[in-house]
Amino acid sequence: MSILINKDSKILVQGITGKSGLFHTQQCRAYGSQIVAGVTPGKGGIHIEGIPVFNTVAEAVQYTGATISMIFVPPPGAADAILESCEAGLDLAVCITEGIPVRDMVIARAVQARSKTLLIGPNCPGIITPGQCKLGIMPGYIHTPGKIGVVSRSGTLTYEAVKQLTDMGLGQSTCVGIGGDPIIGMKYIDVLKMFNEDPGTEAVFMIGEIGGGAEEEAAYWIKENMKKPVAAFIAGSTAPTGKRMGHAGAIITGGKGKAEDKIRTLQECGVTVSISPTKMGETMAQALKK
Amino acid sequence: MNIHEYQAKEILSTYGIPVPRNRVALTADQVERAAKMMGGHCVVKAQIYAGGRGKAGGVKLVHHPEQASDVAKELFGKRLVTKQTGPEGLKVRRILVEESVEIAREFYLSITLDRESSRYCLIASAEGGMDIEEVAQKAPDKIHVLTIDPFTGLRTYQARKIALALGLSGTVCEDCVELILNTYKCCLERDCSLIEINPLVVTRAGWLLAMDAKISFDDNAVYRHREYPDMMDYSQLDPLEITAGKYDLAYIKLTGNIGCMVNGAGLAMATLDVLQEFGGEPANFLDVGGGATREKVAEAFKIILQDCDVKAVFVNIFGGIMRCDVIAQGIIEAANEVHCPLPIVVRMDGSNVEDGKKLLLESGLNVQIGDNLGDGAQKIVAMLAKS
Repeated sequence: MSILINKDSKILVQGITGKSGLFHTQQCRAYGSQIVAGVTPGKGGIHIEGIPVFNTVAEAVQYTGATISMIFVPPPGAADAILESCEAGLDLAVCITEGIPVRDMVIARAVQARSKTLLIGPNCPGIITPGQCKLGIMPGYIHTPGKIGVVSRSGTLTYEAVKQLTDMGLGQSTCVGIGGDPIIGMKYIDVLKMFNEDPGTEAVFMIGEIGGGAEEEAAYWIKENMKKPVAAFIAGSTAPTGKRMGHAGAIITGGKGKAEDKIRTLQECGVTVSISPTKMGETMAQALKK
Repeated sequence: MNIHEYQAKEILSTYGIPVPRNRVALTADQVERAAKMMGGHCVVKAQIYAGGRGKAGGVKLVHHPEQASDVAKELFGKRLVTKQTGPEGLKVRRILVEESVEIAREFYLSITLDRESSRYCLIASAEGGMDIEEVAQKAPDKIHVLTIDPFTGLRTYQARKIALALGLSGTVCEDCVELILNTYKCCLERDCSLIEINPLVVTRAGWLLAMDAKISFDDNAVYRHREYPDMMDYSQLDPLEITAGKYDLAYIKLTGNIGCMVNGAGLAMATLDVLQEFGGEPANFLDVGGGATREKVAEAFKIILQDCDVKAVFVNIFGGIMRCDVIAQGIIEAANEVHCPLPIVVRMDGSNVEDGKKLLLESGLNVQIGDNLGDGAQKIVAMLAKS
């Protein structure tokens, strides 16, 4: 079992004819994902790598039955792409695009929240159910099928965590990169709820970073609702105050969003926290023994 | 992206928001002339990309043009250290000369993004002139917050509620309603991530005025506003941060001596954490982007080595899909080009790892390979201790 995607998921790619869109389409297909359609406005009718390309999402859905979209559209058109996938009634849109203006995302998120479509990202590595379906830019080979659910705001740090889990012999049910932007679709709690209900997930590893209050919110939710063990790591313990560390969201302002506060809150809510980024796998193993 | 107070006021006044009569000056002579224009009584304000200027001596009330000139001579070229600048401070290159106003009441007003609701929110408080974070701690009930529905926008009645909550009434209340609506309009049209008016004042004569203003633009939206890059004051940024920006690298100078190059912001932060865990002091934060390319790696390497504080370099690339041999070549080329004698530890993961390692070890550089994150951090700290 898994959450959100599995081997039967039918995927369309918005922005398939772009350089990274095409590259990652090939990578995902090589992993075993069913990419059934591409969408690039103005290029409808062609085939790329044997995949039919349509002008609109609605058309692609009509002819191929795709229910999930992976979005590689560049920032100026990305919010539009999210809106289009919502209007087409897809189950899930995963937006990889980095650098979408906040004003565009405020609108896109508000529309999406009222639609039936779930959104992962933007500015995220995507989602993978190891051995079944990869929908994103993460390297497939570090993952291994198993029973740990992974949820993270980061990209490459998630790869580090997953590799440590795999090295410890802890396979993953599904790994979700929710994205590092200030406005995102699914948040920690939305993913944790799904892991909580998923019979294929036995425990969860959560990766957070400084800035905002999402990790604290998740911690309180875990305390009240989570039936499964949770371990976590928070990046940025040593970050200086007020500086933006790459992600727009990762800024400590006015004493809020500090790593130490997040770590303390998580621990108080029963989460096993790895203090060192080198011990993420070990910490998960410890949490499982509890 | 940040801009100066005088630029923020210029933008706000195009939206009909009243600001004090002012003039920006680049020399003490210009300050004196501007002060004369204001009739002698005026406020001299240093323009830097940081708050807390008042307490640091960057804002002074003067009574004669000569006094204004004296204050300006002292401020120009000085590095102003406030609680937001860090110990090295920021250089004063521009001064704003502003009419002095008799203030009856002070308020706080801002619009920024609320991550929790994914909407813009308006924050107002009757405790003007203070740090809003301070007010939030001491008197949270004095802060009024309104999250703005993007479909309806900010409505007049909502703005009026805020103005009334601030204790305003009559004409000045309606002026405030208009000011709030215009601030929101400006926020949207100019793609601001923050507009802060602190203090917003009511003068003795009963007029509203934005006495101090701060605007930050959404970096992701700068492409939509052709004039923004020209508004940047590069003297307020670290020169290496400027170079890094040109290559789309996120670089932040820190105080230690181990240069760091990492792909991805989260992993980069974790790398700083692990270095300090093993007793190392990072010289910088540098994110070459999740999908680091050979060119970016080479440029990043050169930027790190331009910092004289750097005595060793730690590279941590979790490429995954990228080929490690290509990354290794980027590092070797850059290191050879700048004749880097410093100890280097490279930790790489991705395809062709073994080829990459081999290339590095045969390159003649003073390099070791880290097998994993912890091993890499330990090795660079050990190499630095020996050198």
